[in-house]
Parts: sequence; C-alpha cells; structure tokens
Amino acid sequence: MAGLALEDIHKHFSSVVAVQNVNLDIPHGRFVCFLGPSGCGKTTLLRLIAGLERPTRGRIALEGKDITEQPAHQRNFGMVFQSLALFPHLSVGDNIAYSLRVRKADKSACRHRVEELLELVRMPGYAARHISQLSGGQRQRVAIARALAIEPRLFLLDEPLAALDAKLREDMQLELRMLHQRLGVTTVLVTHDQREAMTMSDLIVVMGADNQVHQMGTPLEIYRNPADTFVADFIGTSNLVKGTCSGSRQVTVSGNALKIEAMPESVKPGTEVTISVRPEDIFVVPGTQKGENNLQGKVTFVRDVGSSIEIYLDCNGFQIISQSTPKDRPAVRQGDAATAVLPPSACVVLTS
Amino acid sequence: MIEDKPKGLRAHLPFIYPAVMLVVFFVISFGIMVTVSFFHRVPGAFYTPSFDLNNYRNLFTALFGRVLVFSIFIAALCAAVCVAIGFPFTYFITRMRRKAQVVWLVILVSVLSLSTVIIAFAWSLLLSKTAGLSNLFVWLGFMERPVSWSPGFWALLCGMCYIAFPYTVLVLYPPLSRLDPYLPEAAMTLGASPVKTFFSVVVGSMHSAIMATLIVVFAFTLGTYLLPQILGRPQHWTLSVLITDEAIYHSNLPFSAAMAVFFMLVSLGLIAFTMMIGKGRGPKQR
Repeated sequence: MAGLALEDIHKHFSSVVAVQNVNLDIPHGRFVCFLGPSGCGKTTLLRLIAGLERPTRGRIALEGKDITEQPAHQRNFGMVFQSLALFPHLSVGDNIAYSLRVRKADKSACRHRVEELLELVRMPGYAARHISQLSGGQRQRVAIARALAIEPRLFLLDEPLAALDAKLREDMQLELRMLHQRLGVTTVLVTHDQREAMTMSDLIVVMGADNQVHQMGTPLEIYRNPADTFVADFIGTSNLVKGTCSGSRQVTVSGNALKIEAMPESVKPGTEVTISVRPEDIFVVPGTQKGENNLQGKVTFVRDVGSSIEIYLDCNGFQIISQSTPKDRPAVRQGDAATAVLPPSACVVLTS
Repeated sequence: MIEDKPKGLRAHLPFIYPAVMLVVFFVISFGIMVTVSFFHRVPGAFYTPSFDLNNYRNLFTALFGRVLVFSIFIAALCAAVCVAIGFPFTYFITRMRRKAQVVWLVILVSVLSLSTVIIAFAWSLLLSKTAGLSNLFVWLGFMERPVSWSPGFWALLCGMCYIAFPYTVLVLYPPLSRLDPYLPEAAMTLGASPVKTFFSVVVGSMHSAIMATLIVVFAFTLGTYLLPQILGRPQHWTLSVLITDEAIYHSNLPFSAAMAVFFMLVSLGLIAFTMMIGKGRGPKQR
C-alpha cells in the first residue's frame, strides 16, 4: 500500500527558504527519521505533513489522496511536539481524551480508551493526576498517549526526546520503537541526533544545511554508502580524503594509488573525487610499509577509551583516523611511524 | 550551623519601607474613615466623636439597597464586556509580530492619558442627538432620523468599558503572551477546529488569568463616580455618587463613611467569593 508521498515540496517564509526540492515516498507502516543539523528544515517538513504549514509549492498525498489543502484538524494525524504542548488546565486523562471528546465520543468509551492508552505507555492509574505533578519522562508518555488516542493515520514526533537526560532518552527510544512494532502506524520522527535515528528507524532521511534532502535509505545503507561528503561526515565519523581518479578503479591520493572496489560510472580519469573510509575499516600497522592501498604517516595521537582505541595518523598533511578494538590494538605509540591500510571494499568514492 | 540572621536597621529596611508606606497611605486614612463612620453627625455643623451605630442602621433603606445592587451590577457587567471583547483582542495582539504588538500597546496606553472628564463629554457628544453617531447612521441610510442615546444605561456602560478596556488588555497581555504557541497547534492536530481550539485550549488554559482580570476590572469600575453623572440618568447613579452627595452637599461625613465602609466590605466579600469558586475549578496555573 502506498504511504505518504511528498512531491516537489518548497516552503519559503517571506524571503527565507525553509525547505526545497523535497521528493519523498514513505512506505506505509515504516518508522522514518528526518535527520539533519539544526536549521535544515526538518521540523518545517514535519509541520507541512501535519498541516500546520502550507507548502509554497508542491503536493502532499497520503495513500494516493491529495491532502495538501486539508486543514490540520481534519487530517487525523497524531503529533508529539518538542515542548510536548500538554494542556496545563486538564488532567492526564482529559489530555489523552481530548481528541475523543472533540469527536463527541461517549464518556464510558473515553474512559475505557484512556485506561487502555495509559496501560500502553506503562502509566496505569494516572488519569486523575495533573500535568504539573508528572516527571519529564511521564509527560513524554502522556504526550505520546494523547497523540495515539484516535489511532492516527500518521504518527509525527518533533524531537520529543531532546529534553530528556541521556539514560531516559535511550529507554524512550527503545520504547518508542517497540510501540511502533506493536501498532504498525507509519511514524515520522524529527531528530538531530544520528545515534537516535540509527537506533529507531527503518528509514533515515538526511537533510542538509541547504534545506534539501541528501539521501534516504536504511540506516546501514546510509552508513555504508553515503551519497555525498555531507552525509558521510554527518552520519558517524568518516575519513574524507581528496584525490584524483587515475584509471579504472583507481584513485591517486598525494602520490599513492588506491584501489577502489566500486567506482561510480560518472567518474572518469582526471576527475577530482573524495574518498570516504570509516575509521573502523582502516588497519594500522607499525613502521613504514609499501604496498597496495597503504598510506604512510606518523602517529599524532592515540585515544584509548578502553572499549575502543582511536589512532590519529598524519599522512603527508591529511589526517587519517583508525578505530580498533583492544584485541586488535596495533603496537604503535604517539610519534611512531605507521602505515594505514585502506581496504578497497571500504573506500567509497564521492563526487560531491 | 552558622547563625546568619540579618541584623540592624539596614537588614530590616526592605520590610520597613513597604510597611511604612502601607501605614501612611492606607491604614491611617482607612482608620480615620472607619472611626468617622461611628461618629455622631451634628446637623448644620460637623460631627462629634462617639460610638454611634445609627450611621450603619440608616444604610438599610430601599434607595441604598437599589444603588448598591446597581453599582455592583454595572461594574460586573462592564468587567464581563471588557473581558469578552478584550480577551480575543489581546490574544490576536500576542500572535502578531513583536513590532506590531508594540504599536497596538502604545495606542492603548495613550488612551489612558485622556482625562475621565474628556472621555465622558466626548461620549455624551458622540451619543447625542444633535451631533452624535446617529446622524452618521442617518446619512448612511441605516436610520430614519437622529436619536439621543445619552444619557442612559448603555451610554454609561459604553463610557465605563472605554475607560476599563486598556486596563483589561494590559492585565491580560502578560499571561497571554506567555501562552505556549504549540498548545493551539496541538489541539488542531488532535482534531479541534480553530473555534473549538480557542475556547477549549486558549480560554481553558487561561482560566485563572481571566478570573483575575474580571476581578481587577470589577474593582476598578466599582468606584466610577463621574461617568454616571454625565452619561447616566439619576437612576444610573452609582454608590460613589451617593457617597459624594452625602459627604459634600449634605455635609454628612459619618454617614458617607459608613456607606463607603459597607460598600468596601460587600465588594471584598464578592471578590473573595469569586476567588473561592475559581480555586475549586480546575488545576491552578503555575
């Protein structure tokens, strides 16, 4: 079944561009994260989907039906706001039942549904409490329960976990993920935290400071095959090395020829490219060793945090970071000469 | 533990200052009024000190009762009208851009600089038969011939609301500008139409602010003295007019003091009652 489709969405606020050229197809029932730095337009995109803003241009469709002009209160979506926006004058139960009351549901049905939802968010017996009596995590759950009360067609969350402390945040991430698996409702979550996005989502939409979508894919796809240098740099850490294509499946980096397993078709010899290699894919061996895909350098810094070891190499002016487990710890110290080995399969060639 | 109690005059100054002010400007003058209200009036002269309950006994007349009820009624009505108009007005101001908000507030505050006398005569002119608004309506074709709307009950209410309106907005502005703009949006995503959102969320979450504003405007307009004499007929005179009449034209200070004390007690009682009802309903705002 077709899910949510965004076609050629643009949103301008007077002269400021908030979102541009967005084309997305979000399949039904998936958990999708909009990920990007602050100011990239991810929240605006969510508000466009919710109907709280009208796009300057473009079309939004849900299950094949155009909803671009439909006002927010007729969309039947559930939304959790960053500030949560719980109604301070209503009790927990009245907050959750708000959408049911608006739809004139009868009292006993409301009460029943409120109990059911409080059970779902693991807060049974809280219906009569006031919002001011709840902790941050509990408010979070009430906001989620309130948004789910009408069984929304789409569940939207705008950085709902940003205000929580680290431990609680990780718990809530897991809980949200499990809730999604149980309910199967198409969910869109906005976040600037890539770890959160990687933990929770089926699909990640990466947005950049140019207010455009850079890549959409599963978390591993995006991690393994970033579409451009922005994505490679934003998702996890990446070694970005500039070079020039010097033949089929070969890139020259400051005099060293590197073999590449997969070369994009558009890259011809002579093209300037950037190679992205994840730190955990790079091996470091002691001493200066010649060989295929080897870069010689000097150890400038060793960060040993117990569970992993990062080695910083200075290879003729550019920095290479390698990460390894304590088991495979290379026998090098700061100041030593060392060689970084970049496996051909781990080198991703980027043209932009 | 170290004893760190404030010592000396300097440490007590923050408490002494407001206490002195309160005593000088309120307790003493109020005390004089309460004392005088028990004094015995000497007709043709002033009064002699005594403990005379007759001033209070004389309050229980039909005239006093009618005027008291009317004073409270018109002040309450004025408060209700001001809040009913002022609440949405202030809400829309707070949703504007900052610069536009300032312009609106400056216009409102500038109304406060007008003297009550000017406002009263301006309204009596505006509502008059000879040069008033009805002439404009006749010219526009809404009415057949000009009529006189002043003096009268509605003219008085108009004038009182005009004076109280800026205060209404100024009292409502701070809580409304602190209202989380996401609350109405949340209500909309939950399926509430804009009108439903306004009443259930904006009005609902502002419940205590609305109560407070009603009380402020009620207390403020309760003492209206000049407007009833210019915009109202004698049956629209408020208790303040009666008190002034007694004090100045009949030189009966003890009786007018008794009226003033009784009036104040009744209005304080009403305000306390309103606040009690307000507390019972819904969680308090933090």
